[in-house]
Amino acid sequence: MIADLLHARPDGVQEAVALVDAVDDALLHGLARLDDERAGALESLAAAFSGSPLADRVADSVGKLIAGTVTDEHLAALAGARSALLGAAHDALLAGVDAALGRTREPWSATAVPADAGRLSAGARSWLRELAIAGWRGADHEVAGGGAQTVQALLADPSARRLAVLLDGFAAELRAAAPVATLQRVPVRRWADLWARALLLSQDGFAGHDAVPVDGRLLILGVDLHEHPTVFRAQAHGLLETTGGVRLVRASVAAAKVDTINGPSAWRMLAAFPVLLKALAEQRVVQVGGMALTPGGDLLWEEARAGAGEPADPFAIARIRLGAATAASAPPLDRHPAAIAEPVLLEGCAAGQDSFDLGGATVAVDRDRLPVAGPLTPALIAASTACLGLLRWDGGRWAVQPLAVQALVKRKPVTVHTGDWALGPTEAKAAKAEAAVGTAVDVLRERAGRLLRK
Amino acid sequence: MTENGIAYERRSAAPVITPVQPRRLAKVPFVELAEGRLQGVVSSASRVYVSSITAGDHGLSCNTNNNRPCGGLGGTRPCNHIGALIDAAVAQYGLDRVTRYLKVTLPDGGQDIRAALHAKAAPNRAPEVFSSFLRHLAYLELPPTVEPLPELQWFPATAATPR
Repeated sequence: MIADLLHARPDGVQEAVALVDAVDDALLHGLARLDDERAGALESLAAAFSGSPLADRVADSVGKLIAGTVTDEHLAALAGARSALLGAAHDALLAGVDAALGRTREPWSATAVPADAGRLSAGARSWLRELAIAGWRGADHEVAGGGAQTVQALLADPSARRLAVLLDGFAAELRAAAPVATLQRVPVRRWADLWARALLLSQDGFAGHDAVPVDGRLLILGVDLHEHPTVFRAQAHGLLETTGGVRLVRASVAAAKVDTINGPSAWRMLAAFPVLLKALAEQRVVQVGGMALTPGGDLLWEEARAGAGEPADPFAIARIRLGAATAASAPPLDRHPAAIAEPVLLEGCAAGQDSFDLGGATVAVDRDRLPVAGPLTPALIAASTACLGLLRWDGGRWAVQPLAVQALVKRKPVTVHTGDWALGPTEAKAAKAEAAVGTAVDVLRERAGRLLRK
Repeated sequence: MTENGIAYERRSAAPVITPVQPRRLAKVPFVELAEGRLQGVVSSASRVYVSSITAGDHGLSCNTNNNRPCGGLGGTRPCNHIGALIDAAVAQYGLDRVTRYLKVTLPDGGQDIRAALHAKAAPNRAPEVFSSFLRHLAYLELPPTVEPLPELQWFPATAATPR
């Protein structure tokens, strides 16, 4: 029962997060301006690692950083320590989820495959170092824009896409917020998260893991949409039925875009994936044959290895199959409380716009994760009788991000999914609005064709 | 300033950028607030103009993409291209963000950025701005990817605005 989870206070999570605050506060003010109090907080962080395999490196690096020597190596140790703490918090929180839901999770056992040394990652490290020295408070237009060339180079290299997409989104936020010194509220945790993850990803030889081909039926539960100014991504959560059992998996497709392409029009950028879009829009089963599955539970989508089958109601799938599905563990360096997104079905609870009353406990609705590209609205959620969603943890509390609801509208039952508009809005007013601005995609493609391919 | 009691500062998924408003792109295909300027590309008749206004001192520049000066830009009076650029920027980013970036002070309830500029002439920035437009367009040529990209969990598609 999710109610059990909401009452639980896993050991050590609060303490781990308090140590993370030391790093985040140092990054807010800049490593060039560490006063005694902030230096002391970093020393407490180092002390917490005594007895761990990272003890010497963290202690040494914190000492050097306090003394004013800011090198890539010391920053990597700082980011590593922060990530280790949040990774441990992730594990404790997820163990609580698994216990509350009765979910079985396969322990992580994959072997790391070191990647080739990225020749471009030195540029990324250098900009991240500049940022750390200046601190968010010192991020003016010049510092915020300092990573532009590196990001362009990374984007041009398909093997560096993960780091490129992260840095591009991070840089856009810093540019929009610059000069940060004049900003009223600084997203301290968030930027430290993005900075630390980017720094780890730009270490030479950041490990990957081999995927294995699988055959089976993919039963989609719902789709989560992600977006920043230059990317749009649909991530389907589903159950993969194979001869070996039923597994919780994700399948993701992402396209580059620009900021003026957003809302329902963003789906147009994913036109290269008609099978997946049809399966999302029409709630269809997908047959997959020989599609690669990573040890972290990600299907590497290939249209040629997928076929849309008969319609299948995600609520029925969740009711019958979700309880017995086995979940995958996250790759070690991906572990972070913000990465938790566990599919759950809420039924028989009283819905409001801001929370679900589970009888004895309430869980918040994550309203900041309602996309404009889909038809789900706060009003529909408030009118819901059942909700399929993702359980998430942020800022110290649990929340449910709805992916689909069954609701009563004017006393008639309706079912609404975030992916309903994958092939274009199905509601007349939204379709008209999309048609008016959706030409943005065509206008820009036409210009790109003319100007970039002379 | 909390969302259900959670401080903005402590949220990993705190929204930072106000999503831009959709707008028609045929006349002004590109607008950005970057490099200390409001800058962009304006189509007019069969020509392409590259226009910009510097933040703070409001230096105006407008040229064709072949670096010919715009005939409409007389000294410190904004031409129609710069007018169209401002309109597109306001439609895309909202009045607040544009005035904050340019450091324009509007009279109470005022909306006319053009009238509030203390403008002067500025050097031609067409080559830089046009390169920026080409980089912008290049995103549409990048292949899609099916990689898991775990960091996108930090970037929910949302209408939420920073607070």
